[in-house]
Amino acid sequence: MPILFKKTQKLENQIDDYLDMVIRGGLLFKEGVRYFLTDNRDEFEDRLHSIDSLESDADLLRREIENSLYQETLIPEERGDVLGIIENTDKMLNVSAETLMNFSVEDPFIPERYKNQIRDLCSSSVAAIDELIAAIRAYFRDVNRVRDGVNKVLFYEKEADKIADTIKRDIFQSGEFENFSRKLHLKDFIEDIENISDTAEEVCDRLSIAAIKRTI
Amino acid sequence: MIWFYLLSGLFLGWSLGANDAANIFGTAVTTQMVKFRVAAVVATLFVVLGAVIAGSGTTETLGELGAVNAIAGSFTVALAAGFTVSWMTRLAIPVSTTQAIVGAIIGWNLFTGFPTNIASLAKIVITWIASPIIAGIFSAILYLITRNLIVRLKIHLLRIDAYNRVALILVGAFGAFSLGANNIANVMGVFVPAVPFEQIELFAGISLSGTEFLFLLGALAIGIGIYTYSYRVMETVGNDLFKLTPITALIVVSAESLVLFLFASKSLRYWLMNHGIPPLPLVPLSSSQAVIGAVLGLALTKGAHGVQFKVLGKIASGWIVTPIAALLVSFIALFFAQNLFEMQVYQQRTYRISRPVLEEAKNRGIRAPALDLLSDSTFSSPDKLRAAMKSVENFTAGEIRDFFDIARVERFEVDTAKVQDRFLSEEQFDVLAQFHGQRYEHSWKLQNDLAKVSPSWRIQPDMGNLEQLRIREKLQLVISASRVNFQEASE
Repeated sequence: MPILFKKTQKLENQIDDYLDMVIRGGLLFKEGVRYFLTDNRDEFEDRLHSIDSLESDADLLRREIENSLYQETLIPEERGDVLGIIENTDKMLNVSAETLMNFSVEDPFIPERYKNQIRDLCSSSVAAIDELIAAIRAYFRDVNRVRDGVNKVLFYEKEADKIADTIKRDIFQSGEFENFSRKLHLKDFIEDIENISDTAEEVCDRLSIAAIKRTI
Repeated sequence: MIWFYLLSGLFLGWSLGANDAANIFGTAVTTQMVKFRVAAVVATLFVVLGAVIAGSGTTETLGELGAVNAIAGSFTVALAAGFTVSWMTRLAIPVSTTQAIVGAIIGWNLFTGFPTNIASLAKIVITWIASPIIAGIFSAILYLITRNLIVRLKIHLLRIDAYNRVALILVGAFGAFSLGANNIANVMGVFVPAVPFEQIELFAGISLSGTEFLFLLGALAIGIGIYTYSYRVMETVGNDLFKLTPITALIVVSAESLVLFLFASKSLRYWLMNHGIPPLPLVPLSSSQAVIGAVLGLALTKGAHGVQFKVLGKIASGWIVTPIAALLVSFIALFFAQNLFEMQVYQQRTYRISRPVLEEAKNRGIRAPALDLLSDSTFSSPDKLRAAMKSVENFTAGEIRDFFDIARVERFEVDTAKVQDRFLSEEQFDVLAQFHGQRYEHSWKLQNDLAKVSPSWRIQPDMGNLEQLRIREKLQLVISASRVNFQEASE
């Protein structure tokens, strides 16, 4: 039996590894932003570098998984859903890496009093990623638990929205910025971070439908 | 000439393979879970095994309904069934070989005047109605078990997929075995009483009886049907009734296969009898109807909406329309075969009423005194005997049928060389050897002679049903192997 299902075992492991990478990407992003906010540039650049190479590794692994699913015509009924979920999960990783890169390149001006709120925003967005990955794992192993995960993702996405709204309103009412362009600049960053949880929500919608289809 | 006559049966086999393999591997192949080539190899191999190893049970039931005793008759009956199947398929009426062949056999009975065994017919029809229901119940139970297992065991989706692929092949093999066992009677059943193939030695000391060889030919025709045409059927029929996923397909095929097996397996029948459980009749079924029953059972358990209940009406109409159409086609075809092509579509049966016959009738509880009036007379057809019996006493249908069996002339010469000893116990074979070369006119006479000599051939009233059945079957085997060919018999 173990020989018979060796390929399956390998693919199962690959999918798990891929999901691990997405989680690690979220953590690196959170850490990166934290170091940026504390002006610890070396540590920040180190996280940026890590998330970059993680992203390209994840891309390779994702393609390998997709090829196996197609070439061996595995899970014919669920294949479309699984590929969609995996590809969209990759988007979250891309957005995280890109945002961190933008921090490095554009070096936005962030007044001190926003820093805590931005940390909260990051935490909510990354929590959405974590819960999403848990829900995806449940989709593969224990489809009835997908719903719990989905609810948590939706909760953190709402939280992230609220925090982002508050920050953005504050930015445009505040007199701390030299000019309007700086306000717009910071707003873009807030939206980028918020975007991560939005992407998680999109994947979540797909996942909910896929889970309904999976209940035999 | 025998081979030409067999063609109509082989055609039936081909169409069975083309159509019914889709009921076993259809979803597995269309969803790409199993490659067509793998499915075709497995299906063919196991159809052959099922037919040769376990095909005799349902064949006996068809034989009880009407034993077509001339090969041109078998040819015409099988052709009529095949024609009905293609004709009704063209009219888009759901049809099964099983229902067609039963109608065609009854057509032969009506044409020739041989009695139709109403008890057998009732058994067959009741089983047809019961089989989709049983398949539905099985699939509902299997569905609940599977769903629970998947929830409880928390198996990875990919792992489920992998297990399912293996299971689809295993269950498909079982399904093909059951299909071969259950449905070979439709293809070759009508040829069994008429084709005098003798025991055939294959390789490595494996030998096949004449009937087994006939089944092998039929099963190979089914295999050719699977290879040449079933892919097209799988692609078109696919998900007509209700969309099946690979897992639900596994459940449906399991339920279908179990039902086909239940109504085909002699071993299971023996086992049930051994344990005092009332056995199931061995009846050829429609695998399509079993599948429809299984799908409906599953859909109802899922609480799925939009199941087309019109299908049920269609099945029921198939139970009535197909046999009647086949009966008419068979009757007309036999008429033309006999009168236009001058084929001998049945063998005259002779009935002789002699002293020993009357004696045996008395022993079996038939009100014989009135029959004494008919003593020492010979009748050339069942109609004539029936008329004569009715003229002397108001016999019941059961008594008439029993007396037919006793008075029927069935010439054979015991030939131990033709009897495969693997079917008999050592003692039974030794006793039989004492009668080697002896000629008989009635099968019960040999039975009585054997019983006198040895208890191993004696049917005792206190015996279990199973032992009684076994002795009868062995006796039948000896007689059919020792049968003198029809030309001589009709002298």
